[in-house]
Amino acid sequence: MNPIFALIDCNSFFVSCEKVFQPHLEGQPVIVLSSNDGCAIARSNEAKALGIQMGAPLFKIQNILRKNRVKVFSSNFSLYGDMSARVMETLKTFSPSLEVYSIDEAFLDLSSLREEELFSYGSQIRKIVKLWTGIPVSIGMGSTKTLAKVANHIAKKHPFGCYVLTKLEDIEEVLRTFPLQEVWGIGRQWSKKLSYVGLRTAWDLAQADIDWIRKTFNLSLARTALELKGLPCSNIEGLVSSKKSIISSRSFGKSVKSFEDLQEAISFHASKVAQKLRQQKSVTALLNVFIRTNPFHAEGAYYTNSCIVPLIFPSQDTAVLIKAARAGLEKIFNKGLDYKKVGVMALSLASEDQIPVSIFQNSKDLLKRQTLLKTLDKLNGQFGRDSLFFASEGVHKTWCSKVSLKSPSFTQDWTQLPRVR
Amino acid sequence: MTQHHQRKRRPGAGRKPNLVPTKAIRLPLPLVKQLLELKAKGALEVNGTIPASTLSSVAIPLFESRVQAGFPSPADDFSEGTLDLNTYLIKHKAATFFVRVTGDSMTGVGIFPGDILIVDRSLPHSSGKIVIAVLNGEMTVKRFKQAGDEVLLCPENDKYSPICVSEDEDFSIWGVVTNVIHPLL
Repeated sequence: MNPIFALIDCNSFFVSCEKVFQPHLEGQPVIVLSSNDGCAIARSNEAKALGIQMGAPLFKIQNILRKNRVKVFSSNFSLYGDMSARVMETLKTFSPSLEVYSIDEAFLDLSSLREEELFSYGSQIRKIVKLWTGIPVSIGMGSTKTLAKVANHIAKKHPFGCYVLTKLEDIEEVLRTFPLQEVWGIGRQWSKKLSYVGLRTAWDLAQADIDWIRKTFNLSLARTALELKGLPCSNIEGLVSSKKSIISSRSFGKSVKSFEDLQEAISFHASKVAQKLRQQKSVTALLNVFIRTNPFHAEGAYYTNSCIVPLIFPSQDTAVLIKAARAGLEKIFNKGLDYKKVGVMALSLASEDQIPVSIFQNSKDLLKRQTLLKTLDKLNGQFGRDSLFFASEGVHKTWCSKVSLKSPSFTQDWTQLPRVR
Repeated sequence: MTQHHQRKRRPGAGRKPNLVPTKAIRLPLPLVKQLLELKAKGALEVNGTIPASTLSSVAIPLFESRVQAGFPSPADDFSEGTLDLNTYLIKHKAATFFVRVTGDSMTGVGIFPGDILIVDRSLPHSSGKIVIAVLNGEMTVKRFKQAGDEVLLCPENDKYSPICVSEDEDFSIWGVVTNVIHPLL
């Protein structure tokens, strides 16, 4: 039995989610902005045709948006998360072996199918996902995940939205013109490096000597080369592994000057990180606190700095993390600057049952804290996010801009359901 | 060129070995202070480690009656769980959505303004079903009727007349309505 992987990728996912509940957006230029409306992170085909680039900062495209009456949305991540779960749930009915690769991508193992069945099966998947969830997807298939990714690139431009890349002559023809930069796991930097040694297309890499690649570059590139040759080096990973690092950060709606506001923001992010740590049952031993000014601002030098704060005892306690993050902020804060973004990242994570309890910790206090935090999480789960929070996060959160262009929570709030006449 | 001499330890040189074997450990600086304070107070307990068992939680089975006088509850074996409206009303979780009714065009079949409809997108929309249709970009709830090429969206209220969908109109079926939630209080 030959291995067959399918990569299912949702088309302009965030925009497609908006369209499901607002059908009048069909055929219109639509974009979705990053959190706090920094830049465009999803574009409908009509918006792409206007020349709006992925990641374009909002202020640079204001003119195009106004002239063409582009519909602009703030990101509604809870809606996208719910729609993503629905897509994945639907995909599960097609193969027992599913790997959720990102919010809008998944790998399916279709090895049990015969080669001639693949295309019609893929078309069926597309039809059902669109029918059930309203989300259009593209499907690429190949004998390795890397080839499935390549096939998906072609499927995106194909009218059928599904492309099977299994015949040897097809693979050669496709890879010969496929730029290395687009290959899974190879970015712009790597493709530049590889061009110096004469590797320009995916075919060049597939033909290169594996031992030489491993010695000259690294193992992961050698794996990519093997996968391009059609030898699978990575399988469907069903279990979602715990994250290796956790981050919470956000750009401010308007720039922030005062130390107190930054302290609040940092505390807010530290609290979010602690919450996520408890969710995945991890503890952190290292916090990274970072701040930066606006890189697009003409006047004033660009300042960015970060600070690593080690914790004496690995922790998932909001109070401990807030204290550490604030200590970090004090070190890197520079007076008189307009800050645009702050964040907290937890590094060096370990599972909570691997906490080496130190002789310097009072076990009774620890248990008390654990119970307290469990209660906090439970209450927030029951009464809604941030029903209960630490005072240092700030009550009014003036630094946190109101999300203005966000669509309603169509699937998560009884008062915001889609309306029908 | 430097020359390397083979250095030899002079017997008896260096610190005398301890009677009890020792081990050097590294401590974060703030702890050293804390440690010395504890030691001064006499509060430092040697071997004072916390047994891991006191930290891990134990999941208690949800369904367990206390065994009294050797008789377990005879009902334990017959538990059938509780009734869950979700499983009763929702057959395809990924494809099921809720929508809120605003108009009065369907009062004849008990769909009133303010009611919530359960919509299953995975069901086939055969003629006669009540559907959520998208007509020219707007979502509407109507009875779907199809005869040959003719598509009708029929209201269930004499105030309104059926809408005949012409070919050049932007029309699609969004989902099939399975239930209506109508509050009586």
